[in-house]
This record gives sequence, structure tokens and C-alpha cells, in this order.
Amino acid sequence: MGWFANPENTKPIGLLIFFITFCLIVLWVYGSRKRGEKLEEHKNIPFLDDDEVKKDKSNG
Amino acid sequence: MSATHQAAAEQYDYDIIKKFSVMAIVWAVVGMLVGVYIASELAWPFLNFDSPYFSFGRFRPVHTGAVIFGFGGSALFATSYYVVQRTCQTRLFAPGLATFTFWGWQAVIVLAAASYVLGYSQGREYAEMEWPIDLLILVVWVSYMAVYIGTLMQRKQAHIYVANWFYLSFILATALLHTFNNIAIPVNLFTLKSYSLFAGTQDAMTQWWYGHNAVGFFLTAAFLGMMYYFVPKHAGRPVYSYRLSIVHFWALSFMYMWVGTHHLHWTALPDWASTLGATFSIMLLLPSWGGMINGIMTLSGAWDKLRTDPIMRFMIVALSFYGMSTFEGPLMSLKDVNALSHYTDWTVGHVHSGALGWVAMISFGSLYHMIPRLWNTTMHSEKLINIHFWLATIGTLLYITAMWISGISQGLMWRAFDDFGNLQYSFVESVAAMHPFYAMRAIGGMFFLTGMLLMAYNVYQTIRQGVRAEVANARAVAAAA
Repeated sequence: MGWFANPENTKPIGLLIFFITFCLIVLWVYGSRKRGEKLEEHKNIPFLDDDEVKKDKSNG
Repeated sequence: MSATHQAAAEQYDYDIIKKFSVMAIVWAVVGMLVGVYIASELAWPFLNFDSPYFSFGRFRPVHTGAVIFGFGGSALFATSYYVVQRTCQTRLFAPGLATFTFWGWQAVIVLAAASYVLGYSQGREYAEMEWPIDLLILVVWVSYMAVYIGTLMQRKQAHIYVANWFYLSFILATALLHTFNNIAIPVNLFTLKSYSLFAGTQDAMTQWWYGHNAVGFFLTAAFLGMMYYFVPKHAGRPVYSYRLSIVHFWALSFMYMWVGTHHLHWTALPDWASTLGATFSIMLLLPSWGGMINGIMTLSGAWDKLRTDPIMRFMIVALSFYGMSTFEGPLMSLKDVNALSHYTDWTVGHVHSGALGWVAMISFGSLYHMIPRLWNTTMHSEKLINIHFWLATIGTLLYITAMWISGISQGLMWRAFDDFGNLQYSFVESVAAMHPFYAMRAIGGMFFLTGMLLMAYNVYQTIRQGVRAEVANARAVAAAA
């Protein structure tokens, strides 16, 4: 526990944890074409409750 | 169109959104009026009237409080309640609690303004409210969080649309920031005066951890939530890249919390903390520009809308200012640039390129989109929206240009030495040299305020038109029955 109480140890550990988590998120988002297509489908959510505007899917 | 809107009005809880929308406009007018007044005080000091009640020092937090928390806050409550309902296809959770957030928030703005004019202030930038008002904010904010999360939990849509992520991060981060920045000990229970638990450099660091993250989460992330719903919606096209929006969100969330120390370069703060703030500020350029490109490219293939639709123009110009100020911010966070820019009007210009150009303009665009839908009508005058757009754009440009010239001149005058190593200019000489630019800034503000008054008139007429049509409709239905 004494090791964790020292900011000189926990600061770089914290940085590593955050950095690795962020890299994993980027990998998760861009790592798979199939997942990417599924994620991109969510962009149409704002239009699901609305039929007043003609949907233009040119961005997706 | 009106039948669709009528159905939506019944499906969703619009009453609370209407209230917040109207108050957003009211606070914008009040806050910008006070802003123009204090800008004029700096140019023409007789406007202080030798009275503490009219002094710049007391009116300045009235201005920042009314525009950031009154206008910006009310616009965020309104749009977040609108977006969360429409993207989750559900009504608001606990509508009574939502109504409490409205009255509680309005009470906060009024009490804060009154306390500043009477001379009560914590002296913490953008957090000048004394402790009883801080406690009221805490209660209102926890209620807001409960309404928002409750609504998300009862959604009929499996996925939570990205705009809600930004709103949620704003709600969570603001709760954290507000709590830790305002840890103070009241002098006694029956006085407004209190003192911070922190002291010296730690206190400065806490304040700027709050200050910059208020910019990052209140004035950026939340308005990006607005952008990710209203830009695609108004353009009638989905956002350019949903994956980019996810990376944009997480990158901002990971990086913003570290940058506050760039406000304390060349102070007693340890050098490593200062360097850390500058480094993360530079890294922030990437997600910020990624988000800007994502928003602007949503119009890809439909650029003609910019020629014909003033609301779209508001939104795209807002994104352009977002890009510009998120480039300028990292630049100013560099220690050598900061040595010139800090404590000068350049900082004031930078803040206003974000506040007027980004925050206000994306709010105007979103409110112009949302208000006619709330009252099941169309905007009273598109021509007035167009005039508003030009007044706002010219006003912003005048403001920031004046502050660039004034700020850089100040920085150069303050650091100039003569041949004998003495300071070349006295402070008052630098103040005198700024006078034309202070007048120019006040005129820029007047342009912006005039546009705002046009918006208030246009919205008033739109609401009147909507209410009249509703009454006529109800009469027709009653007559038919």
C-alpha cells in the first residue's frame, strides 16, 4: 500500500492506464469493418422519430 | 408538417423545454446588455458613475453569470431535455423534478446577480456565487442528473445516441467541478461570506482546474452534444462519421481534465504541472478539429444549404469559430506565447471567439430549429434570422479583432525596455493606447446585442403565432364536435 501512496509511482501508472484504455477504444472503434458498419448505423437515430424531413443518406 | 409536430408535442414533454427556451432568450438579452455596458465602462469610465453598484467589478460577474449560466445553461437544459427525449423516444423521467430544475436554476441566476451587485463574491472566476447559492446549485444539478439519467434508463432505443454522451459528460463533469472548486468554510451560518479550504498555489490550481474544465465541459462538450443532434437534424443528413464522433468524445473526456494549469504559466506553480497543461492543450487540437470536421462535413454534398438557409449558416459558422478558437487556445497555452498573451486582452478576445462565435451561434441555430417545432409553427421571419446572422458575425469579428490588436499591443508594451534597462512604458500609457480598441470592442458588442434583440422579437412573434394557431385549432375542433 505504501507504494501506491507515493504519487511518483501512481502518476505514471495512471497515465499508462488512461492511455492504454484510450488506445483500446480507438482500436475497438476502427478495428473491425463489420463493427464499424454497425456503429455507423447509429447515426440515423435522430431521424427515427421524424418523417417531416426527407432522409438523405449520402453520409451513410 | 404540423400534424407530425402535433403528434410529437403529445408524445414528448415539451412544456419544460418551452420554459427553458424562453428564459435562454431572456438571459441572453440581459447578459449581453450588461456585457455591452461593462465594455462601454472600459472605453468611457464615466459610466461607473462613481458608484460601487455600477462598477465594472460588480457588473462583470453579472454579465458572465447571465450569459454562461443564464443563457448557455438554460439553452443546454432546453436542448438536452429535447434531444434526450427524441433520441430515446421516450418522455422525460420525473417531470415534476424537471420543473424543479427550471425554477431552481432561474433562482440561482437571479440570486447570483443580486449578490454580485450587492458586493458578495467568492472571487473565483465563473464561480463567484457564495456558499448558499452553491448549495442550491448542487441540489438543482443532482435533480437534473436524476431526470437525465432516468430518461436514458427508460429509453425505447437500444443505443444511446452520441449527443447524449456529450450532455451526460457535461452533467457529470460539472457536478465534480462545482463540488471541489467550492469547498469553502462559511464565516458563520448567518453570513454569505466564506473562505476557500485551499490556499495559495493549491487554491489557484483548483480554480483553474475548474475554470478550464468549465470551458471544456460546460461550454464545449455540452454544446457539442447540441451540435451532434441539431446539425444533422437541420441539414436532414446524418452526421459525417459516427465513429469519429465516438473518438472525439473519448479524446475530449481523457484530455480536457489536464489542461487547466496552462492558465498558471510563469507563476509559483511547479514547472512540470505547467508543462503538462501545455502538452495536453496541444494534443487537444486533434480531437477538437476532428469534431469540427465531422460537423462541417455533415453538409458534404449539400453545401447549397449554406446559401439558402440562415439557420444552417449559424451552425456552420459556429463550427468554424469552434475550429478557430480550438487552434488559438493550444497556441496560447505554449509558455513562450503565453508570456506575451497572459493578462492581456488577447485572452478576452480568445474567450469571446469561443463564447460568441461558437457557443452563442450554435445555440442560436439550435433554438431557431427547435422553437418553431415546440410551438408547432414556423419562424415568424426568415429575413430577421438572416439579419441576425450578419449582425452576430460582424459583431464577433469586430470584438475579436479589437482584442487581438489591443492584447498583443499590451503584451509588447509591458515587456518593452529602454536602452538603460528600464520599462519603456508606464502601465497607464498602455491603458491609454488601448482606448480605440475598447471603443471598437463595445461597438462589436452592440452589433451582437442588436442581433440578439431581433432574435427575441422574432421568437416572441413566432410563439404568439403558434399560440394563436393552437387556440384557433381548438376552437375549430370544439365547433366541429
